[in-house]
Amino acid sequence: MSVSDMFIALQGALTADQDIREEIRKVVQALEQTAREILTLLQGVHQGAGFQDIPKKCQKAREHFGTVRTQLESLKTKFPTDQYYRFHEHWRFVLQRLVFLAAFVVYLESETLVTREAVAEILGIEADRERGFHLDIEDYLSGVLTLASELARLAVNSVTAGDYSRPLRISTFINELDSGFRLLNLKNDSLRKRYDGLKYDVKKIEEVVYDLSIRGLNKEATVAEFEQIDTYLIGLKMKDSSF
Amino acid sequence: MMSFKSFQLELDTRHDKYERLVKLSRDITIESKRTIFLLHRFTSAPNGEEILNESEVKLDAVRRKIKQVAQELIGEDMYQFHRAISPGLQEYVEAVSFQYFIKTRSLISVEEINKQLIFTTEDREETSNTTSNSHDKQPHTWSLKVTPVDYLLGVADLTGELMRLCIGSVGNGDIDTPFELSQFLRQIYDGFTFIGNTGPYEVSKKLYTLKQSLAKVENACYTLKVRGSEIPKHMLADVFSTKTELIDQEEGLS
Repeated sequence: MSVSDMFIALQGALTADQDIREEIRKVVQALEQTAREILTLLQGVHQGAGFQDIPKKCQKAREHFGTVRTQLESLKTKFPTDQYYRFHEHWRFVLQRLVFLAAFVVYLESETLVTREAVAEILGIEADRERGFHLDIEDYLSGVLTLASELARLAVNSVTAGDYSRPLRISTFINELDSGFRLLNLKNDSLRKRYDGLKYDVKKIEEVVYDLSIRGLNKEATVAEFEQIDTYLIGLKMKDSSF
Repeated sequence: MMSFKSFQLELDTRHDKYERLVKLSRDITIESKRTIFLLHRFTSAPNGEEILNESEVKLDAVRRKIKQVAQELIGEDMYQFHRAISPGLQEYVEAVSFQYFIKTRSLISVEEINKQLIFTTEDREETSNTTSNSHDKQPHTWSLKVTPVDYLLGVADLTGELMRLCIGSVGNGDIDTPFELSQFLRQIYDGFTFIGNTGPYEVSKKLYTLKQSLAKVENACYTLKVRGSEIPKHMLADVFSTKTELIDQEEGLS
């Protein structure tokens, strides 16, 4: 085989590769569009009136995830299944964003952390690498970290909207999350950088809880829903100076 | 947070594997570099066959390392760990193609390289690591594929070696090799310009160095031609002993 023949063959391979990337980019763009729509929808919860119809918003968001599923379905057809990581960079960002959105919806609905399997199901993909287009564990964790900062914001805004019980629940949730992440030995990469931001979210929420506690603002809520935290956080003295 | 326990396990496994691969890749790089140095001694040496055989032995050692890499990657997506092994593979491509060139005076193809990287199951048990044999259905043979990009980058590095070989052979009074080399380098350069911008960024970056190497070799050939025709044949040996310096000076200018 002559040198020029070899290079012609290589050039063919490279062009084919670029075509695949082009196709992937197109689908990813559409995915980003859908992700933005979902985000806009969910952003409503930060506004005062938004707290009333959280279930409705979640419902709508879940409908949008149907679009995400079809879009991911078409993404799967753009490249060979066993070359997932070859093109990973192209959808990494949007996938993390989608994990965050799914986790946010699940949190708003049930106040629990979505499992990796559940996210995969919402997005219509596999949790396991062996079975095709899957959710990489680092992407999942990144998405969860984004959820943490969103919840820190939500804690602040729910106080403004007069919902004094939510920050306490968020606090427990995020503390649990924090101790979970502490178990991981992270390398010095992007995930680690994002994890480093988690402590600020934890701090923020703790400040909110503190502000509520010294003013006794969390009293009614805690009596009603969170008795164990109630006894733990607030002494009798605070109950007397009721709001 | 039980799930995080399993995440910890999964991430640690992945990082460990990555580190092992990086280490293997470094070993491959070092061994390949040594092979290249060895092959540089080939020109004009009376014991040419010996050196070629020795390089073959060395490359076999490198291939054994690559086999370990392949074992690590059984059941994995190769591209997930591609960044860990890419430098080693490029260096290997460089060494193998250099040897191939010295033997046959032509460019080794990707297919040829990959053919040598297919391993059979023979002594898998002793070398395979704890993590890699957890998959139940192992293929009987497995291989590591050099990607076109790795291949291209390796070949681009090869041109640098060929340039050195050319200058070296001039020093040894060998007047045929430089012309062959310039011919060959020109072909490769044409190939790279044919690919041009369609390739990834790293390839276009190498193109610049490639051009410099080619210019050096072409200049060497030019000097040989001009000076060579002026000097009577029986004095050639004397002239070439000083030629290398001359060429070096010219390189400084160009």
